[in-house]
Amino acid sequence: MIVTPTTYIFGIISALLALGVVIELLRRRRLRERHAIWWLVAGVLALVVGVFPSTLQWAATLIGIEVPLNLVFFVSIAVLFLVCLQHSAELTRLEAKTRTLAELVALQDLRLRELEQRATENAED
Amino acid sequence: MPSALEKTLIVMPAFNEEASVAAVVREVFTKLPGVTVLVVDDGSSDATTREARGAGALVATLPFNLGVGGAMRTGFRYALANGFDNVVQVDSDGQHDPSNVPELLDGLDSADLVLGARFAGEGDYVVRGPRQWAMKALAMFLSKTAKTTLTDTTSGYRASGPRCVALFATHYPAEYLGDTIEALVIAARAGCVIRQIPVSMRPRAGGVPSHHPFKAAAYLARAGMALVFALTRPASSLRVQSK
Repeated sequence: MIVTPTTYIFGIISALLALGVVIELLRRRRLRERHAIWWLVAGVLALVVGVFPSTLQWAATLIGIEVPLNLVFFVSIAVLFLVCLQHSAELTRLEAKTRTLAELVALQDLRLRELEQRATENAED
Repeated sequence: MPSALEKTLIVMPAFNEEASVAAVVREVFTKLPGVTVLVVDDGSSDATTREARGAGALVATLPFNLGVGGAMRTGFRYALANGFDNVVQVDSDGQHDPSNVPELLDGLDSADLVLGARFAGEGDYVVRGPRQWAMKALAMFLSKTAKTTLTDTTSGYRASGPRCVALFATHYPAEYLGDTIEALVIAARAGCVIRQIPVSMRPRAGGVPSHHPFKAAAYLARAGMALVFALTRPASSLRVQSK
């Protein structure tokens, strides 16, 4: 694996940028922790590999992957997959909550109408 | 048996049924004096709510379409909150003959959930092809789960007793087909007794049918999936406080 000074710096800056965006969103409460966890893990991994490219080489040899770049692809896809799955689960939870709210809104609306009707009847008496 | 009728809530899920809902509500009131009718307008874009209210029914209007499952859970919640013992689901398109309701309620004496089955000898309701095979296979599996003979598991015409009302108010499934198939599995696994009685179906009085023939294959696949997931779901998620 050949690392020229420019690609070395490019790698580190990219990782820092990604981490910076995630942390800034967290800081401004635009992102909740449980949604940010995978992005943080990915950012930190990218930074470690960017600063010490030998760690990638070491990890690839450890698992038995001949081309270290393939490990990068594998981990990236795995992280994206997990995030996607987490979003689907979250969406399902939200749908269930929305459904419950819609049902309660309809029932409260009905109750209000009944109360209003009773109030008008009482006023007429 | 007027006392049973007074303790009974007729729930009619209605999605864009302005053409038929008023007539069905009036028919229910004529044939079942003393009963309370709750029409759940499932996010219709037409005058379903106005028509049903004009006919004298209580109407709960959902802000958007939730499907039959969502509409029914609204009905079960209303029944539980307002002290109704039984809930009978009746379609708002006029397919279900309200004169069968007393028979369904009689069935509740010895069961918690009574299905009005369309193929059990009465009427001339026919389906063919993959849809029929799907319904047969479903009936076979669900009969085993419910420990009784069921021939029409996707029938929407059903009466729930107090136990099932309490169970369904929290656990009625929302997914497509979940409302019929999964509800049966939920009831069976919660220990409810399920029975079926024969009813006849009539052609729809109006509205657009929710199933088209070319969707038969998709129906089969989805029904199978609904069943598999319903059966493999953890049983611990089906707790209900006993009254």
